[in-house]
Amino acid sequence: MKKLVVLGAGTAGTMVANRLSKLLDMDEWQITMVDQDPVHYYQPGYLLIPFGMYSRKDVVKPKHYFVPRGAKLIVSPIERIEPDHNRVFLANGTTLDYDFLIIATGADIHPEETPGLAEEEWGKSIHTFYSLEGALTLAEKLSTWEGGRLVVNVVENPIKCPVAPLEFLMLADWYFHERGIRDRVELIYATPLPGAFTKPVSSKMLGELLVQKGIKVEPEYMIERVEPDAKKIISYDEREIEFDLLVSVPLNMGAPVIGKSGLGDELNYVPVNKYTFLSDAFANIFVLGDASNAPASKAGSVAHFAVDTFGENFVRYIRGQELLPLFDGHANCFLESGFGKGLLIDFNYETEPLPGRYPLPGIGPFTLLEESEVNHWGKLMFRWMYWNLLLKGQELPLSATMSMAGKWKA
Amino acid sequence: MATRVIAGKTVQVNEEGFMTNPAEWDKEIAVELAKEEGISELTEAHWKVIEFCRESAKTSGKAPTLRQITTGAGVSTKELFALFPKGPAKKVARIAGLGKPEGCV
Repeated sequence: MKKLVVLGAGTAGTMVANRLSKLLDMDEWQITMVDQDPVHYYQPGYLLIPFGMYSRKDVVKPKHYFVPRGAKLIVSPIERIEPDHNRVFLANGTTLDYDFLIIATGADIHPEETPGLAEEEWGKSIHTFYSLEGALTLAEKLSTWEGGRLVVNVVENPIKCPVAPLEFLMLADWYFHERGIRDRVELIYATPLPGAFTKPVSSKMLGELLVQKGIKVEPEYMIERVEPDAKKIISYDEREIEFDLLVSVPLNMGAPVIGKSGLGDELNYVPVNKYTFLSDAFANIFVLGDASNAPASKAGSVAHFAVDTFGENFVRYIRGQELLPLFDGHANCFLESGFGKGLLIDFNYETEPLPGRYPLPGIGPFTLLEESEVNHWGKLMFRWMYWNLLLKGQELPLSATMSMAGKWKA
Repeated sequence: MATRVIAGKTVQVNEEGFMTNPAEWDKEIAVELAKEEGISELTEAHWKVIEFCRESAKTSGKAPTLRQITTGAGVSTKELFALFPKGPAKKVARIAGLGKPEGCV
């Protein structure tokens, strides 16, 4: 029996285990998944919780629902990886040997890395929606908040789902309109980026949308510390922003076990080939999802397209064929823009998000970089697809690599 | 690809004014680019960071991120902001003749 160990049973780990269980001969392969948490979280849903659109039950399911036939899930923290000896030590005392290792341990928030952030005001006037508990606490806070200055701050990039802070602000604009207090709320976005978003075309178009919605952007803002008692944030270049309510996207880092095992970079992400996900250091280790240093978005859609190309490549690899540079950095994100509308962006390593139409037989076309109601429905429909198709490794009617069809060259 | 003349040399640049061929760079170019970025004089502390970034890019093929600079060059984030105000990673990459640090979309 060949042994394949998958560390992390989140979005990427679950998808890849399911996909490979279909592609590999399960009489010859033993697939073992490891995760410290028995619950699978639908992380895209966290965004909608603060506004009462989703609750806890919408975003959790037991992980064992998604373990493919013939594979095994061990629920335990991971103690250490020894890549030189092809083995993994688990906190429950188990040692797992492997022929191939897939690391899918994701990324998580580290509010403790920013002085003052997770101290006495944490959960009171300082919140995050980047964890389930955080999103639920923020929902409570928002439901009784009387208005004031709401500051959304991204501590440092890369972050999971780079569009989520923008969506949060646009949904907040809608939410406070509905509550009849929008005139008493000031919305500010303090971001390390030079504008609303990374690449020129989308940054301009999204920036204009924020202006229309009365959301102010404070660009190139690198936070140094929070002064929780004075209720202000201070940047390295000493720009102070006062807040009544701070919604933080704390520093994101890969799993501590990656650093402890000597596999990570300065943020505990594992260096990989960005087209194949093969580790730079070990020929039998692949890294999927947020855990790698590939310069693609840390997002479920990227993990999905990555798994699509990886499955085929892995089968070649175990037959002794070389890996093909199949993954192009494709990402495809619905953005909630409030008032029942949404946007869609579609891009890859080479092509920035462009306006146009995204064709999808039967449902689309969706509008790219432009608000429409169909995009909002696309986003809500996605949760069903996630639980029922995506995690189980089913093919979706979407191409894994990006297509220029329908896009307007800006 | 556009070209421009900096410190008497013709070099290739992209639409955002970043040099695209690190081999065309030299110290005189750095001094000129620094002036354009509002830094009138490059001190020893500046050069230490610039040289770290050049070395780092030589092995990785791309300009280092802010965090890679602070961990690798032994300079605090605060000092880095004092040396290259507002967006130090981007600023030092441009002065060092490297591409723009890869943002995550």
